[in-house]
Amino acid sequence: MNFVRTVVAAGLLAASTSAFAADITGAGATFPFPLYSKWADAYKKETGNGLNYQSIGSGAGIKQIVAKTVTFGASDMPLKPEQLDKEGMIQWPQAMGALVPVVNLEGIKPGELVFSGELLGDIYLGKIKKWDDPAIAKLNPKVKLPSDAITVVRRSDGSGTTFIWTDYLSKTNAEWKTKAGAGTAVEWPTGVGAKGNEGVAGNVSQTKNSIGYVEYAYAKQNKLTYGAVVNKAGKTVQPTIGAFQAAASNADWASAKNYFVILTDQPGDASWPITGATFILMHKDATDKAASQEAIKFFKWAFEKGDKMAEELDYIPMPDSVVKQIEKTWASEIKS
Amino acid sequence: MAEMAVESDVMDAAGPYDRAKALSAFKLGDVTFYWITRACAISVLLILGGIIISLIIGAWPAIREYGAAFLWTQRWAPSADPPVLGALGPVYGTLITSVIAMAIAIPVGLGIAVFLTEICPIWLRRPIGLAIELLAGIPSIIYGMWGFFVLGPFLANNFQPFMISVFDGVPVLGTIFAGPPSYLSLFNASLILAIMVLPFITAISVDVFKTVPPVLKEAAYGVGCTNWEVVRNVVIPYTRVGVIGGIMLALGRALGETMAVTFIIGNSFKIQSSIFAPGTTISAAIASEFAESDGLHQSGLILLGLLLFILTFFVLAAARLMLMRLEKKAGN
Repeated sequence: MNFVRTVVAAGLLAASTSAFAADITGAGATFPFPLYSKWADAYKKETGNGLNYQSIGSGAGIKQIVAKTVTFGASDMPLKPEQLDKEGMIQWPQAMGALVPVVNLEGIKPGELVFSGELLGDIYLGKIKKWDDPAIAKLNPKVKLPSDAITVVRRSDGSGTTFIWTDYLSKTNAEWKTKAGAGTAVEWPTGVGAKGNEGVAGNVSQTKNSIGYVEYAYAKQNKLTYGAVVNKAGKTVQPTIGAFQAAASNADWASAKNYFVILTDQPGDASWPITGATFILMHKDATDKAASQEAIKFFKWAFEKGDKMAEELDYIPMPDSVVKQIEKTWASEIKS
Repeated sequence: MAEMAVESDVMDAAGPYDRAKALSAFKLGDVTFYWITRACAISVLLILGGIIISLIIGAWPAIREYGAAFLWTQRWAPSADPPVLGALGPVYGTLITSVIAMAIAIPVGLGIAVFLTEICPIWLRRPIGLAIELLAGIPSIIYGMWGFFVLGPFLANNFQPFMISVFDGVPVLGTIFAGPPSYLSLFNASLILAIMVLPFITAISVDVFKTVPPVLKEAAYGVGCTNWEVVRNVVIPYTRVGVIGGIMLALGRALGETMAVTFIIGNSFKIQSSIFAPGTTISAAIASEFAESDGLHQSGLILLGLLLFILTFFVLAAARLMLMRLEKKAGN
C-alpha cells in the first residue's frame, strides 16, 4: 500500500509541478486555490518570495504533508487532534467559505425560497420528490411552487465542499446521518453527480427544476438562484458575508483542541449554517526549517494584509480573535 | 539499393583470410539483433506484469476486506464506518455503456467505411476521410464538455421525452426508456462513447476494405451483383478478421474511456432500470474519487481498476477466440 501511495503521490507531484521554482510549496484543497494564488501573487510582489500551491484535493494534500514532500498541506476537513499528534503536526483555519443551496425554478428570485437542514436532507435523500411537496410549501407559504419532479445535483468527485454539505445535513437530519453520513465522498441516495463546483453550477443552471449546492462565489458568479436557510436558532438567514462571519465568531474556537471545529450549524441568530473553514497543516518539527519559517511568515502576512483580497474573491477572513490565537500557537508549537 | 550495399560489403570482406572473421561478425550482428528485439518483446510482458502486481498490492486490503462479495455488492458507501464498497454499479455501467455504444457505432462505422470505399464519389472521399480523422483527434475532455453543454441538453429536451412517450406502457421497453429525462445519463454517455469509437471502426475498416483484390469485386459485379451484394458477400467475408480487430479496438476504448464519460454519465452508483437514469463506470468512479480517497476507500478504487483490467483482458481474449474459430471455419 505504501508503495502505491508513493507512486501515486510522485505522479501527482510530477503532474502538478510547475515550471518555476518556488521557495515554499503547498498542496491540497481546491476550494481555497484562487485565494492562495492571489495571496501568493501579491506576496511575491511585496517580498520577492514565491509560493507554489498545487490544488490537488484535500485528501491528497494531507498525504503530501504527511509524506513531507511539501512545506504545508491544505484541507477543508480538519484532522482529528489525535491524528495530528501522531504525525507531529499542527493545523489552523486560514480562511472560511460558505455553501449555498441553489435552484433552477422559473419565476423564483434569489433568496426567495427558504430551506431548512431537515428539508434539504429529505430532498437529498430522495424522500421529497416534487417541488410542491407540503414540506417545502410549509416553509414557503407565499411562493408558487411547480408540481414538477426535483432533479437533485451533487458533486461526483470527492471534495471538501461535499464534506461541509453532508456534515451540515448529518447535523440537521437524523435519517441522512444514518443513511449517507458525512464525508468527502458519500453514498448518495439519489441525484446526478457533476464534477467540481463549476460542474454543479453548470448543471443546475441548465436543468429546469433542479437543486444543487455550490460555494457562494460560484452562485454569485453564475447568477444562480440561491435559497435562504433556517439556522440553528430558528431564524431565516440570507447568505451574506456578515452571516458567514457570524458563524465563525460564534464558533467555540478557544476551547477547541487543534482548532478542530467544523463550522456547520453554529449557534447564533445571524449565523449562516453551511459555513466551513479551510485548514493549513504543517509539521511542528519540519525537516526544512527555513521553508517552514517562510511559510509561517506568508500566512501571518495573509492574516494581516490579505483580508481585502479574500473578500474580493468571496472568501471570509478569519475573525481577529481567532487570528490572535493562531499566532500564539505558531509561536509555541513550530520549532525553528 | 540496400541489397547492393550489403553485397558490396560482402565482396570487400570476401578475401580468403578474413572470411571466417566476416562470418562471425555477421553472426554477432544477428545474435545482437535477435536479443535486442527479444528484449523489447519481453519488456511488454514485464511492464504488464508490473502493472498487475502493483494493482494487486494496492487492492489487497480491499480484497481481504470484501472478498468476492465485492463483485455483487451494489452499495458504495465510502463514508460509512467501516466503508461498504461494491463494484456492481460501476461494472454494470461499464458494460451497458459499452454495449449501447458498440450497437450504435458498429453499423454506423461500417456504413461510413462501405460508403467511403465502394460508393463515395472521389471528390467527397477526402472531406469525409478527414472528418473521421479529426473525430479521432479530438481530446476526450472536449467530448465531455460538448456532451455536457450541447448533447446532454439536446437529448434531455428532445430525444428522451420522445422515446419516453413512445414506449410508455410497453412492457420491458417502457422500463428501459423511463423518465424523467436527464442531462446526465447512461444513454447520453453511451452516445458520446459511440461517437468517440467511430473513427477506430471506420479507419480500420476502410484500410482493410481497400485490401480486397479488385478482381474479386469486378467478377462479382460482372455476374450482376448489386453494391449491397458485393459488400455482403465479397468485401465483408474477405476482410472479416480485420473488421473484427477494429471493433475490438473500439470496444477496448469504450470500456476504458474516462474523462468524457465522467462528465456526462451522472456518476451514480445505483443501478436503475432506465437507461435515461444516471449511472457510473469503473473508470469514471476512479477518476472522480481517487484524489480525495484514502485507506480502504482508495484500495477499493484500485480493486475497481484491477477489475477493469481483468474485464478488458477477457473481452480481448474472447475476441481472439472468436477470430480463431472464424479463421478455422474459413480454412475449411
